[in-house]
Amino acid sequence: MMITDEILNQHGITADEYKKIVNILKREPNITELGIFSVMWSEHCSYKSSRVHLRRLPTKGPAVLQGPGENAGIIDIGDGLAVAYKIESHNHPSFIEPFQGAATGVGGILRDIFTMGARPIAAMNSLRFGPLHKAQNKRILEGVVGGIAFYGNCFGVPTVGGEVYFAEGYSQNPLVNAFALGIFEKDKIFYGRATGVGNPVIYVGAKTGRDGIHGATMASAGFGEDAGAKRPNVQIGDPFMEKLLLEACLEAMEKGLIVGIQDMGAAGLTCSSCEMGARAGTGVELNLDTVPQRETSMSAYEIMLSESQERMLLVADKSKEKEVFEVFHKWGLDAVTVGHVTDDGILRVQQHGKSVAEIPNRPLADDAPVYQRPLMPPKSMISARLDDFTFLDGCEPAFIETFLADTDWNKLIKAAVSSPNLCSRQWIWQQYDHMVQSNTMVGPGSDAAVVRVKGTKKALAMTLDGPAYRVARNPREGAKLAVAEACRNIVCSGGRPLAATNCLNFGNPEHPEVMWQFSEVVDGMTEACSFFNTPITGGNVSFYNETFGGDIYPTPVLGMVGLIEDLSLVTRSSFQTAGDSIVLVEPVNVLAGKVNLEDERAVQTFVSTAIRDRLVKSAHDISEGGLAVALAECCYSNLHRGAIGAEIQIPFQVEVRKDLFGESSSRVILSTSQAAELKKRAEQVGLKFYELGKVGGKRLILKYEKVEAVNIDIDELESAWRQALPKLVS
Amino acid sequence: MKFGVVIFPGSNCEQDCHYVIQSVLGKPVEYIWHQDTSLKGFDAVILPGGFSYGDYLRTGALAKFSPVMNAIADFAKKGGLVFGICNGFQILTETGLLPGALLRNVGLKYVCKFEYLKTENTGTPFTNLLQKGQLLRIPIGHGDGNFFADADTLKRIEDNGQVAFRYADGAGQITKEANPNGSLNNIAGIVNEQRNVLGMMPHPDRSSEEILGSADGKLIFESMVNALVAR
Repeated sequence: MMITDEILNQHGITADEYKKIVNILKREPNITELGIFSVMWSEHCSYKSSRVHLRRLPTKGPAVLQGPGENAGIIDIGDGLAVAYKIESHNHPSFIEPFQGAATGVGGILRDIFTMGARPIAAMNSLRFGPLHKAQNKRILEGVVGGIAFYGNCFGVPTVGGEVYFAEGYSQNPLVNAFALGIFEKDKIFYGRATGVGNPVIYVGAKTGRDGIHGATMASAGFGEDAGAKRPNVQIGDPFMEKLLLEACLEAMEKGLIVGIQDMGAAGLTCSSCEMGARAGTGVELNLDTVPQRETSMSAYEIMLSESQERMLLVADKSKEKEVFEVFHKWGLDAVTVGHVTDDGILRVQQHGKSVAEIPNRPLADDAPVYQRPLMPPKSMISARLDDFTFLDGCEPAFIETFLADTDWNKLIKAAVSSPNLCSRQWIWQQYDHMVQSNTMVGPGSDAAVVRVKGTKKALAMTLDGPAYRVARNPREGAKLAVAEACRNIVCSGGRPLAATNCLNFGNPEHPEVMWQFSEVVDGMTEACSFFNTPITGGNVSFYNETFGGDIYPTPVLGMVGLIEDLSLVTRSSFQTAGDSIVLVEPVNVLAGKVNLEDERAVQTFVSTAIRDRLVKSAHDISEGGLAVALAECCYSNLHRGAIGAEIQIPFQVEVRKDLFGESSSRVILSTSQAAELKKRAEQVGLKFYELGKVGGKRLILKYEKVEAVNIDIDELESAWRQALPKLVS
Repeated sequence: MKFGVVIFPGSNCEQDCHYVIQSVLGKPVEYIWHQDTSLKGFDAVILPGGFSYGDYLRTGALAKFSPVMNAIADFAKKGGLVFGICNGFQILTETGLLPGALLRNVGLKYVCKFEYLKTENTGTPFTNLLQKGQLLRIPIGHGDGNFFADADTLKRIEDNGQVAFRYADGAGQITKEANPNGSLNNIAGIVNEQRNVLGMMPHPDRSSEEILGSADGKLIFESMVNALVAR
């Protein structure tokens, strides 16, 4: 087939990129080779627009065993154990087919974890949808949540936390970011490397079909009116198959049968084979006739580009091929040798006795074009109107007007806690199995999720944060806020932040404003992650989040992992005991929409030493909805007690609305029986310290100056908070 | 005394059960592969939760044909203790070791949350450390936990005292609101007529340690140990 401009266009290959391909091959590619280049050099696989910026992120630290470039990042947690973790987007498929798009997003991130030899022990997700008063957004929400539940529950990983926000900008472009974390012994890490010339390349798992062809290319373009027509590009998930793959892979690894392994995710067989060869400096020869196929007459192009799910490629030691087969057959899985490792660095693909592709591995995997795309600050930013009350973004306009004008504080707090961005997410997380594996100490709905590490005294804390409105207002400061809040969440749970992973969801990188946002976000994250010593060990970039030409809010989502040294230090956000004092700790200069990193560190150090010295009964950071909403959250019922009230004197700082609901940074609410000691410590380190009141009773009473601004039955408030989302989706 | 935990393809709570027996109770326990045909040396067998065979076709419908199920039927006939949790319960009803069936939840969605269970029958090897009417806080996690039986079977189950646990509210009342899945008579778990086979949808394996939110589930496993010691 002649490679015409039209074909190049369909493959998203530019004229310059094509020249580069011809240069590498020293001839014109055939259509299969062009397909292979197009997926490997797609934005999704090659990071061609983001790479120059991502290089600035801090990636090294004392705990880091593996930084970016492998399937997942790995950190050391002591006791000879390590954790592998990563976050990844599945935005485009989830818009086209919400259920399967989200399900396969979960499947993909889980494979990234167990490919490295780690057993996944926790999952989280960060979701963005358009407002729920639009029917289409409800449908997408229900589909996405259903898909995550379908996959994660069957696979048997607890979905322990996450975040969900609603704003108009996501109406045509929902975001689905899936995080997973696995645990293993630190000397048993597996890599995606095709080492050992002559070693067999073995295909395991599901058969290859025509689903998902060009998924990676799809994820590298925006959507227009033909979004529905792209549905066949979305893969179908089979979590049962993946569970079998998990067990079989871990068993084969345990038995020492595996040399290298990589999952077939985006760009399928192409990506796994050429990346494994490129990393090891070897070649790979594949015979497509041996690839298990679900459909007949599949072309080489289709087989190489299929994104059928639940497949893995592994390289075994020559002498252990049969043992590998035995393990996989025991689990009822296909395992077939489809090729072998060669010494010439070339990806050679044969079909029907003919060579159908012959491409040098390293340039294919590593020499994708790198673009320094133009950057330009946008001419106009979104309005500053909601800067103090970002949770209102995503509410109906009439509601926003009422909230900003009304002075019936009892009514407003009830309205606030039942608004889309603040109401309970129980309707969502109750559909996720968040307890399987029996490690969940703090599950969904908290600042950070906490899972214990069996066989040790330790627990892991983890959280996702993506303050998109803040980032849209000021990308650099918003990114710093994301890091600061993620660290604060870990600290409030009793942990020490160790390292992070990021998912960078942006619009069209060919728009200079988007690239400027991206660059600013990377700079902000770099500054804050370096400051807190929480390197970013990998993640994912999702560009082209646009529909009908409109870019989404720049939405970086940060996943932070922390370590709690002793189970007895695990701290919850909810008030524990009637009679305890409630205190507020904050820096002298309180900021909104930005963060002073030194002040943030002072607050976090204060909280973590107070927890360590067992002076604290509960700790909750103040974020969306401000002090009033955070206090209410501390009062709601939970696993350990019924709803409990509190009587509070709100400090006068600015004016009543902002003092109740304003969202300034670096503030934490603690409950304690040792307020005097905490006060002394706060004064020593120059932090502001307010004794707000006491836990107890069945009412939330917020006094402001001389009046009771809020006096509401806590059960009534809680039921408004709990029932809001079911009402919105019904 | 030796416990066994069966692994079917797609089981995902076998390690949780194993952990409770070994690390919480400190009793001997081994895994049993679904293709094993002998249960020699075991005194109690646990069928764990999960999605055996992906729950494809119908929950528990395919696991029924695993070779180990014949051995389990013999084992039960001879008086061995068999405990099916969640998917294990579904498998036991499919194989006929327990009456009734588990249908799709009335809400049509998977539900994961803590529930209160009211103890109905303390005269079983699984409940001998409990008091009649005792409330246990044990979580559920299932999409198909809606217990159903035809009217005659249900009457027989009730008349025979085969109901082990019912979903209740925090005050111990058996109410419609406290029923998370539509189960007839709020049934959460039943035993066979001989009392040596228990199936329940809630997960005592997830509630045997205080750090997980409740240690009430441990009482069921301890009752089993108690019963085996008494033998």
